[in-house]
Order: sequence, then structure tokens, then C-alpha cells
Amino acid sequence: MNIVVCLKQVPKKDSILRIAADQKWIDDRDISYEMSEADAYALEEALRQREKHGSGEVIVLALGPERVRQSIKEALAKGADRAIHLHDDIFNSATDAAGVARALAAALKDEKFDLVFTGLQSDDYGFAQVGLILAETLGLSSATIVMEVQPEGDSVRVKRELESGWFQWVKIPMPALLTIQSGINQLRYATLKGIMAAKKKELKEVKAADLGLTAQALQPAQVIEKAYLPIKSKQTEIIAGKPAEAAAKLVEKLKFDARVL
Amino acid sequence: MSEGILLFIEQRDGKLNRTSLETLVAVQKIAATTGDTTSAVVLGQGINEVATEIAAKKLAKVYTVEDDKLATYTPDAYVGALKQVIEKLNPRMVAFSHTYRVRDFAPRLTAALGKTFVTDCISFRQDGNDTVFTRQIFQGKINTDVRVQSAPPIFVSFQAGSYRADLAEVGDAPAAVEALAVDLSSVDVRTQTEAPFQEAKQAVDLTQAPLIVAIGRGIKEKDNIKIIEDLAAAMGAEIAASRPICDNEWLPMDRQIGSSGQTVAPKLYLAIGISGAIQHVVGMKNSQTIVAINKDPEAPIFDIADYGIVGDLFDIIPALTAEVKKAKGE
Ligand SMILES: Cc1cc2nc3c(=O)[nH]c(=O)nc-3n(C[C@H](O)[C@H](O)[C@H](O)COP(=O)(O)OP(=O)(O)OC[C@H]3O[C@@H](n4cnc5c(N)ncnc54)[C@H](O)[C@@H]3O)c2cc1C
Ligand SMILES: Nc1ncnc2c1ncn2[C@@H]1O[C@H](COP(=O)(O)O)[C@@H](O)[C@H]1O
Repeated sequence: MNIVVCLKQVPKKDSILRIAADQKWIDDRDISYEMSEADAYALEEALRQREKHGSGEVIVLALGPERVRQSIKEALAKGADRAIHLHDDIFNSATDAAGVARALAAALKDEKFDLVFTGLQSDDYGFAQVGLILAETLGLSSATIVMEVQPEGDSVRVKRELESGWFQWVKIPMPALLTIQSGINQLRYATLKGIMAAKKKELKEVKAADLGLTAQALQPAQVIEKAYLPIKSKQTEIIAGKPAEAAAKLVEKLKFDARVL
Repeated sequence: MSEGILLFIEQRDGKLNRTSLETLVAVQKIAATTGDTTSAVVLGQGINEVATEIAAKKLAKVYTVEDDKLATYTPDAYVGALKQVIEKLNPRMVAFSHTYRVRDFAPRLTAALGKTFVTDCISFRQDGNDTVFTRQIFQGKINTDVRVQSAPPIFVSFQAGSYRADLAEVGDAPAAVEALAVDLSSVDVRTQTEAPFQEAKQAVDLTQAPLIVAIGRGIKEKDNIKIIEDLAAAMGAEIAASRPICDNEWLPMDRQIGSSGQTVAPKLYLAIGISGAIQHVVGMKNSQTIVAINKDPEAPIFDIADYGIVGDLFDIIPALTAEVKKAKGE
């Protein structure tokens, strides 16, 4: 069982986000990064499936700048077998989902795999698209928002999450692409032994030219014209003061103004 | 030439998904500024009632597409059918609501057509001939205005709750309903589906609770939930949580609020250490009074809160519990 995991690196969850001077993205100075949350679960699921199956490879595929190596190494330390890093200034042009998917698809052309896992959506752009565009480009069957994975011969049976607490099992033929939902499993930590072993694992750097891609081919079809902080729609009464003071004021408001206590 | 706006109407078992009406409002608003004609398309089997319901709205036309292969939803059949519909009608824009089903097939559809898809938008602005869409990034912490740079059709989806379904305009006369024929004989439906189900019966019904204290990842560790239990006990409130708390099994799944959990509208919803991602907010935004306690003054939860305290929950919650007890004369 060979499983490709698409891994994106994003700013850490608790980062203080400021708008960049050109108002097109966040100011990325002083930002630390981590694996996008759903991708961490996708990686974990791939490792578990390989362990259950007893053989095969987990291959990490990531597009992004130099800093992404850190997340790739973390994935290798957790147990992935090898990694492909699409690392080239030309890939900076890929700022929409189709551009990213095009590059990822090109990188998978000569790989042999049974499953491709992506996160259901990234924590930064949140397009919720890269996985399915990749599936369509490679002609793979697909299922999204996956909460359980059961390979059965040439097929894979998966539990999909529907809205409002509903689920559904579906079965699709492999090779298949699954978009993994956060919470599908419990994440493991990298061990010291894993970190040492990772040093010997293959981490292949791939340039755009290796894939026959140019900046032109990755031009986005949708662009961010402006990034800004949301305009508040509701007048929120912020209660200031030391904890005890604020708490007392809040209780008073809830009792006498809102009348909900 | 590409013309008009086509709205995708979602139905399950012949029942309309209400979010389609929200997106209808968005479409009607866009059309009001551009003069586009608007039509809607419904796929499935036994969809006459849905088509009639939609045809009462202000629309030029409602198209129905029926085929055996569309009786139960699969991405392959939906992509195959809509591809033919779009090639036939050649609309300038195709609009969806950003439901789990749309997430499951629409990116494939747009990729198959070689088009771009602006997902999960919350509003739009007309700028000359261009429609500029607003979508959120970083889980609602930042807004972006997005411009499409490719030839039509433009594909767009709108976030649940961005427009009010009850504001959908009704037509002077019902729109014409037209059956569109598609040929799905060459479409290979690869998905075998089983019946949808719910996990074991919900043990708690949070929809009936007048007071809810909800916790998020700000609580950091399972053991810290104790301080929330103390507060809830003092208030006589039920405990609920954001998804990560239930994913970690710190609280059972039936306490989860949001798009994949329960939807509640209590008198008081106290959100503690919850950032306010849209998938959480859709489950609680209709609460009568919303209070947010969060150390990040920019957390999106404050956008919908009536009262807020900016600070460390580990300082505030014990103080709050003490004050509630005092107020109740304990
Ligand atoms: C398809 C889909 C379905 C989903 N369904 C749901 C759903 O049903 N329900 C749901 O909740 N989510 C759902 N999610 C996940 C959702 O997008 C968010 O990831 C989730 O709601 C975040 O939970 P949180 O606010 O607890 O965590 P975070 O976003 O990590 O926020 C934690 C907050 O705690 C604050 N904080 C940290 N420490 C402290 C402290 N000491 N004192 C005070 N504040 C502190 C931080 O400032 C931050 O705002 C879904 C996502 C997807 C993609
Ligand atoms: N730059 C990238 N490198 C590798 N995988 C990516 C990249 N961008 C997106 N993905 C994958 O696609 C998923 C969905 O991303 P998105 O469409 O941006 O919401 C992510 O969770 C990743 O698994």
C-alpha cells in the first residue's frame, strides 16, 4: 500500500496576524509555521494504514519555500518513508488552488500509489479545492471529508462526514484521492529515534523545470486584490478591568441588561 | 457568448437545502446590479416539488435534470451532468452554496471545465464589468477581495449564513420549469454509496438548554475542563464545545456545536477560548445573548458577541464562577 500525503505548511494557529504593507497577504515576518491541521491528520492516517497493511511507502509531497523542509522533516521523523519537495521561486506563482494542484499532479506523474491523501482544506487559504482538482487532473476517484478509511482489495471504503452529525459510507476504486478531516485519529509525536532515522531518508528537491512547468503555466486565475481585517458587524461591549472586576461587571450585565441569568 | 447566472439548487430526497435560497439572494443581488438573467438548475429524481418551490422565486427559468444515475448523489454523476448543462446553457456565472456536497464535487467540475472556482465567499462588490468576491482566509481572521482573471463562466460558492434566505425575491409569476436532457451513458459512476446514518443516539439535547457554556482549544488540556464544569454548575448551564475538544475525546461528540455537530440558540451562549471559525459559528450564532472570553482581541468570535472579555480564561473563569455564586446568594 503506497500512500502519498500532500502536506502544506501554514502559520502557527496562535500567530498574531497582521496585514502586509502591500495589503495583499499577511506580514510574514516573525511568523512561525506548522503543518496545516488536517494534513497532520492525513499523515497520521497514512502511517496507520501502512502499519496495518504491513508494507508499502508513505510519500510526503509538499510545495513551498525553504522553510517547508522543517515540516517535511517532521513528517519523516514521524514515520513517512520519503519526501518530494517542490521548491523553486517559480512555484511562488502558484497562488490559487488550480496552480498548486497542477504542480502537485506533475510531480505525481511517475509515482506509483494506491491512495493520495490531502487535508480537506488548508488553514491559510482554505480553498477546499486542491485535493479534488488533483484527483480530476490525475483521473482518480475521490471522496471528501473522510473520517475513517478501510481498504478492501482494489477498493477503499470510507466514512464521509455529512452535515449536522450525519455520516455515510462510500466505496470507491483505487487509486483514489481522499480529503481527510481533522480528528479522524489521534496524532503521534515524533520520537528521538524517529528524528535520527529521518536524517537518512530521501528528501528530493524538485524544480519547476524538472516538471516542465513555467511561471506562465502556473499563473493564477484568481488573485487577492486586497487583504484586510474583517469589519465588525455587531457592536460588542468589551468589558475591561481586572479579572474579578470584569467578571462582576459581566454578571451584572447578564442579570440586569440581558436578563439571561 | 456566455450569458446570465446559473444557480445550483441542492436537494436531498426531494427536499430543498435551505442554503440554496441564501445563495439565490446573492444571485438576485448580483443580477440587480448587472442586469443578468438568472436561472436555477436542480438534479436528481423526483424533484418536481423542489423545482416548483424554487420556480416561485424571482428567476427567469428553472431547469430540471433527471436521470437514474442522479437518483443518489455521487460526484461522478453530478460532475458529468452539470458539465453538460453548463456547456449547453453557457452561463457567465455559476453559483453554489458552500455545502459539504458542493465541496465534494464542484472543484472536480470546475477542474474538468478548466475554470477557476472562488469558494466560500461572504459577499461581492460589482466593479465595472467585474464581480469582486470577498472570501475569508485564516479561518475568518482576515478578509480578502478576490478578482477572477479567466474567461467565463466564473464559478463561485457562498458561505452558509452570508445572505438571508427569507429575503429571496418572489417572482410576479412562477418561473418556467424546463426539463433538460443529459446523456450520462458514458459517465462511469465509481462511487458505491450506503445509506446516511447518525452515530449512536444523542445522549444530550443541547437544543433545549437555556444556558450553554462552550469551551474551545483555549482550555489547553483535558484536566482544565474542571474549571468550566464548576462555572457551568454555578450557572446551571450545559457544557458544549468546539470540534477540537470533541476530536480529542475530552468531551463526547454530542456536545459539539457547529456545522458537523448540533445547532443551538440558547438564551445565553458563553464561548470560552473559542476562536469563532465559521463552522462553529453557524451552530450558535442565533443565540439570544453571546458572550466571548478570549485572549486574542482580534478573534472572530468577538464579531458576533454581545459582550466580550479580552483576557486569559484561566484568570477570568474562576473569578466569574465566584461572581455567579455571589449573585445567586451562595
Ligand atoms: C468541514 C468542516 C467542518 C467543521 N465542523 C465543525 C463543527 O461542527 N464545530 C466546530 O467547532 N468546528 C468545526 N470545524 C473546525 C473549525 O473550522 C475550527 O477549526 C474550530 O472550530 C476551532 O476550534 P477552537 O475555536 O476551539 O480552536 P482555535 O481556533 O484553535 O481557537 C482557540 C482560541 O482560544 C483562544 N485562547 C487560547 N488560550 C487562551 C486563554 N488562555 N484564554 C483565553 N483564550 C485563549 C485563542 O486566542 C483562540 O481564539 C469544522 C471544520 C471543517 C473544515
Ligand atoms: N502547497 C501545497 N503543498 C502540498 N499540499 C498542498 C499545498 N496546498 C494545498 N495542499 C493540499 O491540499 C489541501 C487542501 O488545500 P486548499 O485547497 O488550499 O484548502 C491541503 O490540506 C493540502 O493537503
